[in-house]
Amino acid sequence: MADAPIARASEQLSPEGRRDRSSGQGSFARVARYTISRTIALFITIVIGVYATILIANMGGYVDEIRSAQIEEGVAIGVSQNPEYRSLTSAQRQELVAGMVEVERQRLGLDRPFVVRSFTYLTNALTLDLGRSEYISSDRGSRQVRLVILERLAPTLILFASANLILFFVAIFVGLFLSRRYGSWLDRFVIALAPTSAAPSWFFGVFLILIFAALLGVLPFGGMVATPPPPERLDYALSVLKHLILPVSAIIIGAVFITIYSWRTFFLIYSSEDYVEMAKAKGLPSNTIERRYVLRPTLPTIITSFALLVIQLWTGGIVLETVFNWPGLGRLLFQAINLFDTPIIVASVVIFAYLLAVTVFLLDIVYALVDPRVKVDSGGAV
Amino acid sequence: MKALLSSLKALTQFPSAIVGLGVVFGMVVFAAYAMITIPYSEAIRLWRGGDQVWGDTPRNAPPAWFNLFPGNNLPTTIRVDSRDDPSLKTRQNVGEELTAVDMRLPFEFRFDGFPKELNVTFASQFDARLPNVQMTWVTPDGREIRLGDLTLRATETFRISQESRLERRLGGRPPEVGLFANPDDPDRALKGIYELRVEGLVFEEDADIEAKLVVYGQVHGLAGTDHRRRDLMVALLWGAPIALAFGLLAAVGTTITTMIIAAVGVWFGGFVDAAIQRVTEVNLILPLLPILIMVGTFYSRSIWVILGVIIVLGIFSANIKTYRAIFLQVKQTPYIEAARAYGAGHGRIVFRYMIPRVVPVLVPSFVTLIPTYVFLEATLAVLGLGDPILPTWGKVINDALTQGALFRGQYYWVLEPALLLMVIGFGFALVGFALDRVFNPRLREL
Repeated sequence: MADAPIARASEQLSPEGRRDRSSGQGSFARVARYTISRTIALFITIVIGVYATILIANMGGYVDEIRSAQIEEGVAIGVSQNPEYRSLTSAQRQELVAGMVEVERQRLGLDRPFVVRSFTYLTNALTLDLGRSEYISSDRGSRQVRLVILERLAPTLILFASANLILFFVAIFVGLFLSRRYGSWLDRFVIALAPTSAAPSWFFGVFLILIFAALLGVLPFGGMVATPPPPERLDYALSVLKHLILPVSAIIIGAVFITIYSWRTFFLIYSSEDYVEMAKAKGLPSNTIERRYVLRPTLPTIITSFALLVIQLWTGGIVLETVFNWPGLGRLLFQAINLFDTPIIVASVVIFAYLLAVTVFLLDIVYALVDPRVKVDSGGAV
Repeated sequence: MKALLSSLKALTQFPSAIVGLGVVFGMVVFAAYAMITIPYSEAIRLWRGGDQVWGDTPRNAPPAWFNLFPGNNLPTTIRVDSRDDPSLKTRQNVGEELTAVDMRLPFEFRFDGFPKELNVTFASQFDARLPNVQMTWVTPDGREIRLGDLTLRATETFRISQESRLERRLGGRPPEVGLFANPDDPDRALKGIYELRVEGLVFEEDADIEAKLVVYGQVHGLAGTDHRRRDLMVALLWGAPIALAFGLLAAVGTTITTMIIAAVGVWFGGFVDAAIQRVTEVNLILPLLPILIMVGTFYSRSIWVILGVIIVLGIFSANIKTYRAIFLQVKQTPYIEAARAYGAGHGRIVFRYMIPRVVPVLVPSFVTLIPTYVFLEATLAVLGLGDPILPTWGKVINDALTQGALFRGQYYWVLEPALLLMVIGFGFALVGFALDRVFNPRLREL
């Protein structure tokens, strides 16, 4: 009987105030059900997102007309300037042009109607059968989209994983630190800097390049590795690290202050809860209080906000990679768009969507593991 | 209205808010000044540029206030036009149908540095026979240097700086340096009165020649110039109203629609609510920037299209969950129940009772959203997908980066628009932050 008031007290923390009757099922079953439902939801999301991408990338078929016209023009000009064909009559040349145009259109698949092709694109994209690109090739000369993207995937992951990891841990530790000393000058300094996160990461990137590469000359202007790349593996890794400094700093500066500020606020709100007072009254060491009574309950909220932050950072990465000439997915997408290379565009956006979905998914699993109140319906999730 | 005034008063207790409000107000004044001094069509015409508009401004020149730094005495642009002062020209009949048209174009040069470029532009009127000119350069110490002969068409520009024969005659130094160099101290310019003497011959009675000498300065204007000789002040001035308008419109559009949809979802509950939640989740994963890039490349780069897409994609944003939480709370209150009891329609309940409750959360997030959209537009412009005719700050940065401004030390070109973007972003962010603390008392204690 003595634990009933405590049980009811902890129930009141649940946002909808409902009691979790299924807690008897055990952690594993709960997480498993949650996982499956989130997977299905995310998958539908991806399908819709990818199809929307395909539609947009082709403007409902208008781009095909542009490309047909480009092909005809290109072939006609090529034939008229080619000295081999000088001897042909005008009618023969026209026939030749028509034949070459038809071959090129078949190569690009423009002879089938767009709607049919869009579904082929969709199934291919979802199964990651990404086909061959039209213009862009990988560094080793392959035109297989899969290889082109795989080549660019690793740099992007290196950049974003390192930046996000550093950001996460710095924000948690500094946030906890500041929540213990709110009102101090350090606290107010960080709060004053929080509005700087209104600017996207590439903005800080430009300033960092200006200061460290242009004015001081200590760090490289861009790229992932020095040219020519050092042959020794250790030197290569060190060169990559040196080139990582500025982009990672740009990402971190662009997000760290607001993250520290909002997490420190969360910590403060949660540390004013009654059970923390009770833990202090019980005489628990402050480290334990922080870890078990403040950090643990805050973790779901923090993970949610981190998920949203990561989503923003992902899409902002395109410009960052372009500014720093970083050989990643973002820059690939931008190059592909400039070249009208539809398979690469669709594939890049699909991979982006998958990466986003995987990130959200992982964070959701962590969320489910961390928050015992999570239920399978729409209430508890991101 | 009263609530607005009381919240403004509450805002003033935060020094950061006062700074922010000051900055925002300053930006609005700046934007208004831009729109008044340079009307829209004029701004577009200036930004399109071209020789007619910007022929007399130097290329890639830093701002004139660089001269305020000690040790700098860089020249500004000097124009001498025979049309401005008819006494510079003399006509003399030297034979049948042959008239000598002589012009002297003097100017004073008191700077330490050399000019960037030297051009002489001729405008002639004639019927059939092309006039002829001979140009001589006279330095303050009396030396006369022959620049060359030229047969004129209706308009002709003699680019002295690009004359390689002249360069060789001057000892291998570029003409704009060689013609101004002090013979005793070749690295410095000789100060004094220079003159360009033009001896022209026209072969018809009523034919005439006009000449304009432009000595391009190393610095120009308040903001400097870009690679197309355009004065950057035009873009910096007009970037403000465009940024403000874009940010405001996008923020207003998304916030209002998001709020209405959240309210509708919560009020009607059940299937509608679940559907809205699913759509939100889909929308969360749709990468905004790649879609904008695709629309910009394949569809149209017009700022209105981009604005429309941003609003459409921003309606089902993550903010829906916040508003939904508040609306859920509001829905349970007794006065809503009372309203239903007396037969209030759905519309009335949603708009008159639920929406006003969410305004305290809405206002700070709305203000903080404005700089997000300002930077989003700048991002697209930096990628090269901005509106092609509008002078925006992002476009200036794009030009600067593609022309390698950072490599060439033309830092002013990148710093000026970047600083303005920063100022507008931080101004709004400061105000939004303070508003957050005003409207959320829990945060105020912290």
